Amino acid sequence: MKAPGITHARSTSALLYLSGVSVSFDGFKALNNLSLLVEPGEMRAIIGPNGAGKTTMMDVITGKTRPDSGEVVFDGQADLTKLDEASIATLGIGRKFQKPTVFENHTVRDNLLLALAGMRSWYRLLTAVPSKAENDRLEEILSIIRMGPQQHMLGARLSHGQKQWLEIGMLLAQNPKLMLVDEPVAGMTDVETETTAQVLREVNKSHSVVVVEHDMSFVRALGVKVTVLHEGSTLAEGSLDQVSADPRVVEVYLGR
Amino acid sequence: MVTRFLWQGMSHTLRLFVLLVLAIGILVPLSNLLLPVDSAFRMPSWAVQLVGKYLCYASLALAVDLVWGYCGILTLGHAAFFALGGYCMGMYLMRQIGTRGVYGNPILPDFMVFLNYKELPWFWHGFDSFWFAAPMIVLVPSVLALALGWFAFRSRVTGVYLSIITQAMTFALLLAFFRNDMGLGGNNGMTDFKDILGYSVQSDTTRAVLCFVSALALAIFLVISAAIVGSRFGKALTAVRDAESRMRFLGYRVERYKLFVFVLSAAMAGIAGALYVPQVGIINPGEFSPGNSIEAVLWVAVGGRGTLIGPVIGAFLVNFGKTWLTGALPEVWLFALGALFIVVTLLLPKGVVGLWNQFMNRSRERRAKAAA
Repeated sequence: MKAPGITHARSTSALLYLSGVSVSFDGFKALNNLSLLVEPGEMRAIIGPNGAGKTTMMDVITGKTRPDSGEVVFDGQADLTKLDEASIATLGIGRKFQKPTVFENHTVRDNLLLALAGMRSWYRLLTAVPSKAENDRLEEILSIIRMGPQQHMLGARLSHGQKQWLEIGMLLAQNPKLMLVDEPVAGMTDVETETTAQVLREVNKSHSVVVVEHDMSFVRALGVKVTVLHEGSTLAEGSLDQVSADPRVVEVYLGR
Repeated sequence: MVTRFLWQGMSHTLRLFVLLVLAIGILVPLSNLLLPVDSAFRMPSWAVQLVGKYLCYASLALAVDLVWGYCGILTLGHAAFFALGGYCMGMYLMRQIGTRGVYGNPILPDFMVFLNYKELPWFWHGFDSFWFAAPMIVLVPSVLALALGWFAFRSRVTGVYLSIITQAMTFALLLAFFRNDMGLGGNNGMTDFKDILGYSVQSDTTRAVLCFVSALALAIFLVISAAIVGSRFGKALTAVRDAESRMRFLGYRVERYKLFVFVLSAAMAGIAGALYVPQVGIINPGEFSPGNSIEAVLWVAVGGRGTLIGPVIGAFLVNFGKTWLTGALPEVWLFALGALFIVVTLLLPKGVVGLWNQFMNRSRERRAKAAA
């Protein structure tokens, strides 16, 4: 017997494998025969104009939206089209939203504690006390996201940039194999953007990352392979210089 | 481990408050029983009964707050769980009447004789024993909450849709219990109770004990709720309230968290209802009326949603106001209730407890400024 959601039909070395994925909402094709491969340890930037299907792609990978057709395989074996959000998160896919969503009525530390990998069973949480290992890990993450001094501040009182970092910290705490990061520098100052690029490069040392971003200088600062989405499918792939030299990409971005 | 679990959430204020609840539950009945009739400090019997009733309402309010204040589920049907617990107790009390009913039938309660029942309906069996009725008081509301919650939370019904479903549930039960062929007393419900565990429900001593037990139940519910809210489970619960989908993407099975508090809260409401019935001496389908559930939500809003002390204070304040107003100016009560709804929503989003905290913070700041 195979476990539900696990299929051995495809063996691929890719960490994330999307093939022929289509999603339509009331006739509008948000994703149109989209294919994407992310290798283990890779960081990939995904760019594209508004409505290109970037967020829908994230929704499909994290189980929020079911594709009409196509394959979505994680880690060579798990069929993500058959699993719900919680199971996919437990398999090791973390997600940072476009709009920073931290728990406003919890302290920075509690936010990270809730995200920390491991404890998810409700009855064990009733009596759980943070272990030494968990506290050490929290300290470590607080220093990576540079928020040690703010650890007892409520989420609601953080600045926009601090919320973004806290969310990245929560992703780290979750310790997923793959991180999906949706527009991490939207609304950030130049200094904050630069810090975020550094933080992400640091994160990439131990995690695979997919970043969706509009900000070209940020994508350049990341210096990774870029996928351009347009009208729900892949338009071009390569280094930022390669894709920005591609006439089709120029046309999509600048109009005819 | 259990003691640590129970103490982890208890703040200093809450400990004092639990002691206060217990003190009320001990001193009010004792003053009625021990002090001479002409003493100024003696609580009259009707006041003991009233306090006992308020204590049951306070437990119901706490149950509502646990799901609404801490988990964001606005339930508009919690009085149904309260009434179901009450009906279980009512069935036990009916069976205790025995041959003392008007028709003197040793098995069948009066209303069944009147409606030409030949034998006891199947679901009445066992209710002659308190040790069967007691677990039913918890089980019946819990099972209903489990079934409703299972389907609603799994299909991700949230917000106003969930409120409407809970409201529909209590309304459906209201209509069902009104029917005579439900075998539960129909329109008139159940009344004329004689004994509980062999003691007369009318006697002052029994009333005193019931008032104390209601206070004890409330105190226990406060301690349990505090432990849950103060645990890591509680942190996860409020996180579900504030950002549900975020919790799903973190790998939490959100529906299980909701289901647990919903069922626990229904059980608490059921126990409160069971303690309420012998004190007021009647249970009828009116207890299922949607207005009752909405009033319970109002108690929580007045006292302070998302605090443990708030619902208790709210239940006492609003019900005291109701008792006083319906006596003094009966036609005004519903208008006062409506006005209260508006005032609390507009001016007191965090209720009386929130107002108090705000006041304390401000005076602390003023003192700090004066010192500096």
